[in-house]
Order: sequence, then structure tokens, then C-alpha cells
Amino acid sequence: MEQLLATDRHIHGLYPHVDIWGFPISAYLFLGGLAAGILVFAAIYYLLGREKEMPFTVKIAPIFAFPIIMLGLFLLIFDLHHKLFVWQLFLAARPESPMSWGAWTLVIVSVFSLLWPLSFVDSIDDYLIKRGWSKMTKVTEAIIKFEHKWIIPHFIIMSFRKYRKFFAVVLLIYSIILGIYTGILLSAFNAHPLWNNPILGPLFLTSGVSTGSAFVMWLSDNHKERLLMSAIDMSLIAIELFFIVHMFMGMEAGAEVYKQAAHMFLGGEFTAVFWGVFVGLGLILPFTLEALELRGFHIPTALPALLILAGGLLFRILMVSAGQMSEYAMFP
Amino acid sequence: MAIDITKCVGCGDCVVACQTENNVPIGYSRDWIMEFVEGDFPNLNLHFETQRCNHCEDTPCVRTCPTGASHVIEGGIVKVTHNECIGCGACIEACPYDARYFHPDGYVDKCTFCDHRLEDGLDPACVSVCPTECMHFGDLDDPGSEVSKLLKERENYSIIPEAGTKPQIFYLK
Amino acid sequence: MDNINRRDFIKISSVATAGMALTWSGTSFVSDLLKGEVVPLSESIAKKVPTVCEVCFWNCAGWAYLDRDDNLQKIKGNAIDPHCNGRLCPRGTGGVGMYADEDRLKKPMIREGKPGEQKFREVSWDEAIDHIVKKMKGIEAKHGREAMALLHHGKTGPHFEFLFEAYGSGNIAEPAGAQCLITREAGFITTYGAGLASPEPTDTRNADCLVLIGNHIGENMHNGHVQDMSHLIEQGGTVITVDPRFSTAAGHSKYWLPIKPGTDIALLLAWMNVIINEEIYDKEYVEKYTYGFDLLKDHVQKYTPEWAAAITTLSAADIRKTAKVMAGLAPKTIVHPGRHTAWYGDDTQRTRAIAILNALLGSWGRVGGFYFPERIKPPHYPHPQMPKPKWTWKDYTKEKHKMAIMGITNIVIDHALPEYKGKHKIKGMFITATNIIQSVPDVEKTKRALQNLDLVVVVDTMPSEITGYADVILPEATYLERYDHLRTSHHKVPNIALRAPVMKPRWETKPGWWIAREIGIKLGLEKYYPWKDFEEVLDWQLKQVGTSLEEMKKIGVKRYSKKKPLYINENEEYWFNTNTGKIELYSTDFAEWGYDPMPVYKEKDEAPVGFFNLIYGRVPMHTFGRTTNNPNLYDLKEEGHLWVHPKVAKIYGIESGQEVWLKNQDGKISTFPSKVRITQRISPTSVYLPHGFGSKSKKLSRTYGKGSADYEMLTNIKIDPETGGTGMRNNFVTLLTENPHKNIES
Repeated sequence: MEQLLATDRHIHGLYPHVDIWGFPISAYLFLGGLAAGILVFAAIYYLLGREKEMPFTVKIAPIFAFPIIMLGLFLLIFDLHHKLFVWQLFLAARPESPMSWGAWTLVIVSVFSLLWPLSFVDSIDDYLIKRGWSKMTKVTEAIIKFEHKWIIPHFIIMSFRKYRKFFAVVLLIYSIILGIYTGILLSAFNAHPLWNNPILGPLFLTSGVSTGSAFVMWLSDNHKERLLMSAIDMSLIAIELFFIVHMFMGMEAGAEVYKQAAHMFLGGEFTAVFWGVFVGLGLILPFTLEALELRGFHIPTALPALLILAGGLLFRILMVSAGQMSEYAMFP
Repeated sequence: MAIDITKCVGCGDCVVACQTENNVPIGYSRDWIMEFVEGDFPNLNLHFETQRCNHCEDTPCVRTCPTGASHVIEGGIVKVTHNECIGCGACIEACPYDARYFHPDGYVDKCTFCDHRLEDGLDPACVSVCPTECMHFGDLDDPGSEVSKLLKERENYSIIPEAGTKPQIFYLK
Repeated sequence: MDNINRRDFIKISSVATAGMALTWSGTSFVSDLLKGEVVPLSESIAKKVPTVCEVCFWNCAGWAYLDRDDNLQKIKGNAIDPHCNGRLCPRGTGGVGMYADEDRLKKPMIREGKPGEQKFREVSWDEAIDHIVKKMKGIEAKHGREAMALLHHGKTGPHFEFLFEAYGSGNIAEPAGAQCLITREAGFITTYGAGLASPEPTDTRNADCLVLIGNHIGENMHNGHVQDMSHLIEQGGTVITVDPRFSTAAGHSKYWLPIKPGTDIALLLAWMNVIINEEIYDKEYVEKYTYGFDLLKDHVQKYTPEWAAAITTLSAADIRKTAKVMAGLAPKTIVHPGRHTAWYGDDTQRTRAIAILNALLGSWGRVGGFYFPERIKPPHYPHPQMPKPKWTWKDYTKEKHKMAIMGITNIVIDHALPEYKGKHKIKGMFITATNIIQSVPDVEKTKRALQNLDLVVVVDTMPSEITGYADVILPEATYLERYDHLRTSHHKVPNIALRAPVMKPRWETKPGWWIAREIGIKLGLEKYYPWKDFEEVLDWQLKQVGTSLEEMKKIGVKRYSKKKPLYINENEEYWFNTNTGKIELYSTDFAEWGYDPMPVYKEKDEAPVGFFNLIYGRVPMHTFGRTTNNPNLYDLKEEGHLWVHPKVAKIYGIESGQEVWLKNQDGKISTFPSKVRITQRISPTSVYLPHGFGSKSKKLSRTYGKGSADYEMLTNIKIDPETGGTGMRNNFVTLLTENPHKNIES
């Protein structure tokens, strides 16, 4: 069977397969997952009442969440083709469209990710000085000054401090939604069999939370905090591996197009980079390093964390590009 | 829409007609033609399919659109409101038919079944020019329409039904 | 700034806004924000102007629609036009691109420096025409007015034919003859005493069976043919296609006979053999209307299906079967005459075999066969008697080629060669609307002739290759910007159609009638041009046939009722315009002139080892090189791929889409490579290359260098003895996967 376009159609990004989402979207998904992971831990450990033991996780790491989300949002908007109409995104709430509820989730989470660390701004100076970041205290002071000068920000931040438990719950819920969203965004597309599976949401959430824990491991100075995160991360990696195997098994049991989708990773062109680089260097190697660290071996602090972060980004790049190659109509 | 593949010669008239009717810029097209060759020389089969948006009953493009720019109008025609479209590409990813693309102005563009012509009681441009008269346009919900009759009388198929979108263009064998 | 009115203000402010627009990845967005959604103007209220398409020479009548700004929006068929029935083909629809093409010739130009040097100077029309007239006078003084020649095509031609006739030059020819359908006309005239012309009077809409001999309807988009075939298929009719390639028509056929190239006459003779010997021919018709049946019967006895099977590589059973099918459906069977029939150098004989087969089936003058067309021909606008040249093309063509019913381009060109020493020397040439570099085979010969001329004037809309050989280039307005002669075709429905200008000529282009008239006046031929504007001519002519320019601008096409019967009235005597008054199965003329009075199969050249038959043809979106640079049609198909069978591809190790160069049996190598399409649709012994690609004109910014050009491979030309037509399918190519020009270039 020979099939071809009898009329030329040199439209960018359609043939031989849809290819309109590239690095910005992959990075957006990665950053969204990362921010979600950071905030999930912050909320959980706050709710568990362990903010004193884990100051970095609860108070400091969330400072990075807002810029991370903003960078992701910038990449998303940068990738829009009709950028000046981006406000249309916020004139509609379309629960059926992951892009829509994702955008709203992102707005909510970004507001919280800004307010959460702001609400701690009066209690982190000690930590900053201890870490040798005493210059940063000038910033916190300026913020406090600003907050006291203006009634509305002051009211908001004060109420945040007052009802922090409530806000922690909301933050936890929305961060989980954000993490799942980064996967659902892709799995909503029936037209791409690789994406169209129910495991993608949980898998992306797990991977996002794992990158969040890696982020803490990487930057926290507290050995205990790091070890705890290592332990958590190991279980997240195990869950991730389970999901991955499960995902491919599900596809193998599906229709021909799903088999073809799985084949890209099971013998096809993505096999080496997926299993060798992502699973090998991005999951199993850091898992091993973490295990060794737990057993007391001395491992460079940043190594497993950076491997996980890089692996997380690579995983999204692979899923976004391979997913677009997985289509019903195949072109030579 | 019903398209008779026993008649189509794949000339591409439908594509140019759409382009000139709808000011589709050079380098872009809302419809296109696929050629299929089966068998080995000299035992061969050949057919062409003029393809475009299938104006599906179940519209993943509309579902995934975050702003509501993609919508369904009366008669089941799927359209994009240019000034509501942010150009995110979700609908392009959602479509199994490659029917949507980024217009050079940024918004997503696609076949409208020439709804502006339908209002005038005319066939879509592609249907109206086809030298082989292989395309038939009409109301699928009306059992008395020519299209409904053709679909009843003749064996037909749609493209990629397994994607589950319930496409509304049928090809007559 | 006091006097800024509101309109100006808006203009300025929008410019200012656009100037401020942010530019991300090269697109301006603010101006975009301001843009509303523009719904195309409704066809029912849009302004429209009647036109007659010139993208191909089926010449459909249509309407050009204008948008809200009075710019050309689209072209659609005229519903009452019998050529198109309201439906244009892709090329007609894409005719807008002919007008819009920015690569068009824009100003008159005169060559500077030596011939062959690509240096031109833009000049005024006055200077260009003065230059032409001066040169023509020079040629006249030395060689007489007869030494001028005109090669033309399309509706521009008649304006210059008139000029040449008024001037007293009679070397007029067009590639539509010798390179296309003259052999077919000759074959049918010899048999029936009547040619076919265009559109062919095939009654396909009423037919039950259509037999196509290498005629690739569907890729060859002559509108009526395609519409009729489609209609026939819908009615459940039978199509039998004979083609070494699985053409689109073959794909729509009940029977496909993948014949060995060059052996069609063997098949046709075997079909006659079966039809005669099985007595399934139309006995009454044959007896009543034909001459020489017994001679034919004897003649075809040796051409059995088994004999033909060995030659054609078809099976005898298939030959018998298809003969019976077509006879069973006769007389509603049309063995189609085809159009471009200049293939092997015995083409008059092949088309005669087709004509004879139709006669045996009784389809000529029958419902579902061939009808008798009729034409409304308004008289010429009155003009004085034309001078009689001392010699014309006939004087050096007709003696050798008795059936040269029109000027033969290649023979006209022969008389411009430096080695020609006879008395019919051609020293100056007008080439209007035809790129003879691509259309007339043996391009090296053509180039030598062009270099030897004292004057070459090219009138065209596009800077095609031929403009590079001109001394003077005159930019013609496209068909959408000019009046032309009325279309007065032979048809089932007698009709006339008007081409009126839709848009003003762009740049400094001028209509053909204006150019010819200006030259005429400067040559002192004022008396032949008693009118100023072509509107006067058209209006006068239209009034002679019961209408007017005004009315025609509103209706575009006028249909007349038919006066003569469409088919043979079987109760009356019917006289054919032949020596015997009958359909000549045995040609008395041919017998007298020393040609085969009945078709004979002759062996063709065989492909050398490692070479493939070069089958050229069309893609449906293009009319030769005329349209390959048309922005709309280029968009539809930018290059015609070279079709190669998978086995061949495997031998060469070629992948789909890979570029290969062609080399023919004489060592000629294609300038540009073609991308390969690996397909089962072509036999392993042949390759297929669409015609019209591979332009060498850099000024055609889109199509330049896209694909290899079939014409470059046509060096072995067999001249059809009856007509002088050029047989071009005796050429074979091999594939080169390495760039053969690499060393030369670097």
C-alpha cells in the first residue's frame, strides 16, 4: 500500500506528523510539575507541623515556585501563535479543556506560590543569615516595609498567616491538580495514542513530585531534610517505574496504533534514549545513589538531584515529541 | 458530505477553489488530496480521497479549546473564531485528520464548509467546482436529502473512525 | 496639520499603531488585533466579469469575481458554457495566479550585446516597436517579407496571424500541431473526411464504453473529457485503458491493458482482427458507409491476438475479451482519439487505426459515439484584401508531408538553421505565448536556429526560457486583463463566448491585440486596422450574430440552437468528405501518395540495456511549463516526481524522495535532478516524468530548477511521414544518483 499527498501541503508542523509543540511546552510541563512538587512538600510538611525541622522545604523552596511557574507561563505564552489574544484564555472557563482548567489552576497556584513565601517573610531572616545569605534580609525587610505601608497586601498576607492551615490544604489540593494537569494535558488527546492513556496523569504527577523532592535535596543544607527527601524520592522513583511498565503493558494490550506507539520505546527510535538515558541515568542511577547515601556512603549532594531534574525534563521532551509522532494517519 | 471515490481523479480543484474562495494564503490549504495505491504491478487498485475537516459529531478540537474559539454552529459545522483563538495548538493536536493549521496571522484556521455560501443556498466552493462532481453536500439528518439517499444506497466509509470522533464526511465506494 | 480629515487620520493612526506593533517571531500582532474576521463576499452580489480561460486550450468560459476592493478574488465556470458546465478545472480555478504572479514580464525589453548574452535593457513600447520595425524592414530588404515566421499558441496567436497575413508572411505554425494533435487530425480526416478539432466531438455522456489509448484523462485535465468520463463512470459505463502506466484513468477503468510502449498499433490491429473475424462489427453500418472493408479484412488476417500478444506483452485472451466488450456495447463505444498523439513517428497511422476501429464499431455519427458539432462563426471585421506572399510554409512542407494540414513548427525552424541553403530562408521570428524551448523537441537544433535569426521577438506574460533567446521581449497582459477574439468552438451546442478584461493590465503590459496593431501601424499597415479599440471589432462581430458586446458582458456565453443534425440520419444518404464519399477504411489518398493505405505495425526502437522507456505526461494541476510558476498551482504541486518501480529503485538503491538525474540514450544529461516517487503504478521497464518542470529560467523564482525536464531527454525524434509531426517517445533514460554536474560546477 502506497499512500501519499496528491496535492502538496507544505504546512509547517503537520507532516509527516503533527509537530507543533516543542521544547517550550516540554519545559512548561516540567516547570509546572516541579513547582507542583515543591509546593506539595511545603504544604504537607507544614500540615504535619514540621516546619521547624524542615525549614527549607516549607519556607524557602516555595520562594522558587513562583518564578518557576512564571517562567513556565512565559514559555507557554511564548509558544502561542496568537499571543496578543492570550487574555481570551481568562475570559472563559472550560472545564472540558485541560488547557483551560490548567491555566486557571496555574493562576491559583501562582497566587498561592507568591503569597505562601510572602507570609513567611517575617520568619526566615534567621535561616537566611545562617545560610550566609544575609544580603537577602534586605529584601525581606523591604517586603515587610511594603506590606505594612499598604493596607490591602497587608490584610491579605496577614489573613494568610492567620489561616495558614486552610491555605495549606488549598495549596496542597491545587498543587496536586497542577501536577496531574501536566499529564492530563497530553492524555486528553485521543488523536495521539501514546498520550491517550490514563496513567499519564499520575505518572506526570509522580515525576513532578519527584523533581520537587530532588529540588529540595539539591538546595537544602539540612542533612536530615535531605535524607528524608531521598527516602521519599526513592519510593517515588519506584512508583514511577511501576507506572512506566504498566503504561507500556497497557498499550501493548491495545489496538494496533497503541502497539505502534509503545513500539517507539520498545525497539523503536526512542528506545535507547528512553531506557538508557531517562530510566537508566534519570531514575535508576539516582535511585542507586540515594540508596547508597542512605546506607552512609558519601555521595555528592547535587548529583542524584540534578540527574532526577534532568531526567524529568528529558522525560517530558520525549513524551511530547514521541506523542506527536504517534498518530492514526501515518505518512511515509 | 459524501464523496464518490469512483469518480475523483485527484486533480486538486477543490483545494484551489477553497483557497481562492476563502482567501487562504498561498502555502496553506484547508483541504487536500490523498492518493492510495494497493497491490503490485500490474494488479493494482487506486483511489483518491479529497480530505478536509470531518466536522465530527464528537469534536475533540472543540473540547480541548481553552477559550471557546473552536465551536460548533447550527448544522454541526465546526468553526474557529479568529479573535478568540490564542493559537495554543491544542485543537491541532486533538484533530486526528490534520485538518487544522496555524494561519500565518497566528490563529488556527480550518474548513468552514463555506458556511457563508451555504447561507446563500450555494454548495461549498470545493463541491461547486469539482469537474468530476464527486462531492455531494447536504443535510445528513434529513433522510430525504441526496446525501442521505446516497449513503443508504451505496457502500461507504469514513476516515479513521477508530479515533472515535464520529466523522461526518463519508466516502462512497 | 489643520486640514487632516478623519479618513486621513485613521490612515495615519493605523500606520502609527502598526509601527508600534510588537514583533515576536516575525509577526506583527497589534495590526492583527485590529483586524476583524472577513467573510468572503457573497457570490450573488459580487461584481463579475466574463472571461474565457487561457490556462489551457480547452478554453472554458467563466466568471471572474471581484472582492470588496474590486480586486480579482476568484474565477468560476459559467454555468451555461458547454465547455465546462459551470465547473472549471484546478488550473482554471487557479488562473488567478497567472494574474497575481510577481515574476511576470513587466516592461518591454531589448537585448544588449551579443546574441546569447543575457543582458536586456528596459525600454518604452515605442522604442521596442520601432526597433522591431527597423529590423523587419532590414530583413524585408534582403530576404523579402516572406522571411518572417510566426510560432504561436493560444488566443494571442490570431492577432499576430492577422498581422503576418497583412504584412505578407506565411510561415505560421504552432506546437499544438506538430507536437500535439496534427497526427490525430490527419488520421481522422483521412478516414472520415473530417477532423476533430477541440473540443473533440465525442458523445461520451451518451456512451457505454470508452477506450483510452494512452490517453490519461484525469491527469490530462481537459475539462470536458474529465467531466464526461466521470459521468460515464457514474452511469456504470465501461472504461478500457491501454497504458504502460497505471494512470488515474486506468485506476478508474474496468479493464486496464498494461501494454508495452510503442506497440499500440499491434493491439489495434488485433482488435480489428477479432471484431471482423468474430463478425461482431456493425455490419449494416460498415456496408452502408465504409469503403475498403474487404481489403481491411484481408489486411488484418495476419494480426491475430496471439501475434499481438507477443508484441504487446498483453495476453491474447485479454485482447479478445476487450474487443468483445467494446463491440458488445457498440455503437455506444468510443475509441478515444486522444490529444497529444505525436509519439512514435507513425502516429497518423495509429490514429487512423483508432478511426477505423470506431468505424467498425459504427460509432461515428451515432448516439454515444461521435456527434457532428456545429459552430457559430461571426464574419471578420471588414478589412482590405490581404497580400499574397510569394511563398509560405506550404511550399516547403506539403510536398513531403501531404497531410500537413497546418504549419509544422519543427520544419519552420529547420528553415532558420544556418546549414539551410535553400530559397525559403527564415530570418526573423515572432514567438507568441509559446515556450518553444520546452514544447518543440530537439532543443539544441532550436537554439541553433534562434542564434541564426536576425530578429527574434517574444510576446509572452512570463519570463520563460524562450525569452532568454529574444532580441525584443514584449510583455503581454494576461487573459484576465485583455479582450481577445471570441471563442467560437465547434460543439454539440453552437455557442460563442466572450473574454473581457477583468483587471487593468499590471505594470506596462499590453493586450496582444494592441501590440499587434501598434506593430502593424508602424509597419504601414494602417488600412488593415480601421478600428482603434478591440471592443469595436468585438461589438461589430457580435452584432452580426444577433448579440452585442453589452449583452455578452452580462451573459458571457451565448448558446444557439443547432441547425444540422447531431448524428447520421440513417434514412438518408450520407456523404463523407473523402474521395470515395465513404469512410475510407482503405485510404485512396494514402495509396496514391505512397503511404500505407491501411495501418501497419512497425517495430520501434528498443531500450538499451540499463535504460527505461521515458514516458512523459501531465499532472492534473499544470498546463506544461505555463503554470509551474503560478503561485496557486505551484502551491498545489511544486514538482512532478519521477515515477520509478520499486524493483528499479532497489537496483539503484534509491529511496523515495531522493534526487536523481536522467541520462538518455544519446548521452544527454538532465540539468536538474528529479525527486523519485517509488510506485507500483509504473512498469519496471519504464519511468514516468511529468512534463513542464525543470525550468532553466531563473526569473521564474518558484519553479526554477524544480525537477528534471523531459524535453532535454528528447533527442531521438522520429518524423511522422504523413504530417511532419514529431514522434517523441523513442527516447530512453537511465538514472544517475550522483550529481553529474558537480565537477563542472566547482
